[in-house]
Amino acid sequence: MADQHADHGHHELSWWRKYVFSTDHKIIGIQYTVTALVFLFFGFTLMMLMRWQLAYPGKALPLVGSLLNVGMPGGVMQPEFYNMLGAMHGTIMVFMGIVPLAVGGFGNYVMPLQIGAPDMAFPRINMASYWVFLPGGLLMLASFFVPGGAPQSGWTSYPPLSDIATTGQTIWLLAMVLLITSSLLGSINFIVTIVQMRAKGLSFFRLPFFVWAQFVTAFLLLLAFPPLEGAAVLQLMDRVAGTSFFLPSGLVISGEPLKVAGGGNPLLWQHLFWFLAHPEVYVLILPGMGIVAEVVANNTRKPLWGYRLLVYSIIFLGFMSFVVWAHHMFMTGMGTTMSTFFQTTTMIISVPSVVILTCFLISLYGAAIRFTTPMLFATAFLPMFAIGGLTGLPLGLTASDIYLHDTFYVIGHFHYVVAPGTIFALMAGIYHWYPKVTGRKMSERLGKVHFWLSFIAMNGVFMPMFFQGMAGLSRRLYDPTVYVWGKNIQPLNVVISWSAWLLAIAQIPFIWNFFASIKSGEKVNDNPWEATTLEWATPTPPPHGNFVTEPQVYRDPYEYSVPGKPADFSPQHVEA
Amino acid sequence: MSDIAIPYMVKPHPVTGLPNGKLGIWLFLASEVMLFGALFSSYVLLRTGAESWPRGADELNVPLATVNTMVLIISSVTMVMSWASLKMKNLAKYRLYMGLTVLCAFIFLVIKYFEYTSKFHHNHFPSTSNFFGIYFTLTGLHGIHVIGGIIVNVYLLTAGTSLWHTDPEHFTNRVENAGLYWHFVDLVWIFLFPSLYLL
Repeated sequence: MADQHADHGHHELSWWRKYVFSTDHKIIGIQYTVTALVFLFFGFTLMMLMRWQLAYPGKALPLVGSLLNVGMPGGVMQPEFYNMLGAMHGTIMVFMGIVPLAVGGFGNYVMPLQIGAPDMAFPRINMASYWVFLPGGLLMLASFFVPGGAPQSGWTSYPPLSDIATTGQTIWLLAMVLLITSSLLGSINFIVTIVQMRAKGLSFFRLPFFVWAQFVTAFLLLLAFPPLEGAAVLQLMDRVAGTSFFLPSGLVISGEPLKVAGGGNPLLWQHLFWFLAHPEVYVLILPGMGIVAEVVANNTRKPLWGYRLLVYSIIFLGFMSFVVWAHHMFMTGMGTTMSTFFQTTTMIISVPSVVILTCFLISLYGAAIRFTTPMLFATAFLPMFAIGGLTGLPLGLTASDIYLHDTFYVIGHFHYVVAPGTIFALMAGIYHWYPKVTGRKMSERLGKVHFWLSFIAMNGVFMPMFFQGMAGLSRRLYDPTVYVWGKNIQPLNVVISWSAWLLAIAQIPFIWNFFASIKSGEKVNDNPWEATTLEWATPTPPPHGNFVTEPQVYRDPYEYSVPGKPADFSPQHVEA
Repeated sequence: MSDIAIPYMVKPHPVTGLPNGKLGIWLFLASEVMLFGALFSSYVLLRTGAESWPRGADELNVPLATVNTMVLIISSVTMVMSWASLKMKNLAKYRLYMGLTVLCAFIFLVIKYFEYTSKFHHNHFPSTSNFFGIYFTLTGLHGIHVIGGIIVNVYLLTAGTSLWHTDPEHFTNRVENAGLYWHFVDLVWIFLFPSLYLL
């Protein structure tokens, strides 16, 4: 290992190999991060258009509306276009935004550094994973331009609707196959790297919690995505080869009997889809929890409370996430025995989530907390995730789910987990690791403006949805005022929409901060947050090969404020 | 190629006893199990939910499929022999056995081609019924895996062999990993044959 560092500087790679087709996990991490942030912003833009229609149904959207002549002639939203926006918002946010940012971005950049590895186990497969992801993402966006436009069957693509939808749905399936392949390549790489390439002395129970989160996430991606790939193949056959895997006999569409063999089962798709998509929920949240653990330990200057408990909980969580999928299907008439089973497992899976949250809360207790920008986001994550999690319990119980199913309550619930939950955690991660990537800190002042505006706006968006849902407002409604109870709560839609637009404005300081700080941010040393984990033991930014000398680990990940030590942090790689 | 020396690329990790590639291929096979597991489950659900479902033997060509099963099993044996030849430092024998493996894979595809075309001649298409839908989807996906195996094995037989002269252990590992994949493809067929053709 020692000799390979000597010959790094000798041959310079070409610009293309260094920054575009790079095999360096750090460059790939940055590529994923930037691409995912762009996709996230695009997905958010789609939602802002939808919010106009929901706040002011049928009214012409000034200025922007005239630019979108196809979907919004004269600025008025068309129902088909609204459906496209809804389906694409969900797809983009989940598969092209959050997961690539949390796993492809943070996982790629930080995980090898935290385990003291020179790179990922398979650098070229890592590069391939990004270069399969990007075409997949672009292909997904291209579906807007095919005849009939983007898919309109929701991000869940339920048949029979999706089986008979326009070409956009075929593009969706093909793009999904690429995105799934990309995450498959990534997850194999992550697991092998963590198992094989930890530094000397870095036993599994000395791993930073973030690495544990990525480890469990990689297993979920590895084992949960293939069934969706299988389902996508079956739906593709239905659409292209005319099979009827998801089409029952005697289906009538627009008064005409559908000319297929029939005998299929639409519920089969739902089972296959949710077998992926429930573990996917944990793919969305676990890396966020990992980031929060790092930021909380660092800013409370205390060891994380209950480290082993956290590890056991996250493993249990990952395991259980495979046996709760049908709680999305209580209303399908699959039978009460099935419902009871999945209701029980759903209640069980909430236990480790609460354990994790409680560990973080106790970690805060009695600490002299440094309220830096990353810590603000990490602290806010705790109540936001708690609201998201606890509002999920009534949905996991069959009796209350009958009332709440497919209302705005559901939208509020899962957005609290993913938007102010995971996205806040990801923001904490960006502010936390930015100094390692660039050698400069992002502006604290702009960061705080970004945080407080986002915090207010996020709650303005999602809190009213609980009331709308309990008032009976269905999701996916093009015009909520067609029902009397919708009319009664229409003012809430105006509040939500203006909050969403405020949320967009709140990202301006962030975008400015993100780019301007590369050049003008405060210059910092290799370990500006005085952290203990290995990523801070590298030069800044870490060179190709990461570590100057092969690191050795002597202690647990979060040894802060050890009595009798001169400094209040004892890095993992420092002996005695 | 990256200029960084990744540890345990060739030598096994002292704790896990595996080099990186072998662990990677096992994880990949785990995901493949989930893929085919989902499709087999779909087959079971569609069949149990159907009003009527033909017996495989009445619709499909069992003798041809039996021959194909034998061809794949033989190819698995030659695959092991090619790896064993490398372990015994015999490159010529490796070439022979790897060549036979690729040949068997081609024979399998040719027989499959005749099966498919005879189905099309009888107007049996994926859209005919869910029985044929499942038949074409599962065997088609398996066929794609066979083609993938051919590509890997042909590479190892031709350009890939140059690694033997610089790092024989690494090359032997690659052949072993390709073999693990090939046995998996074989194993999928072992499940497909009775569940589609015989039941």
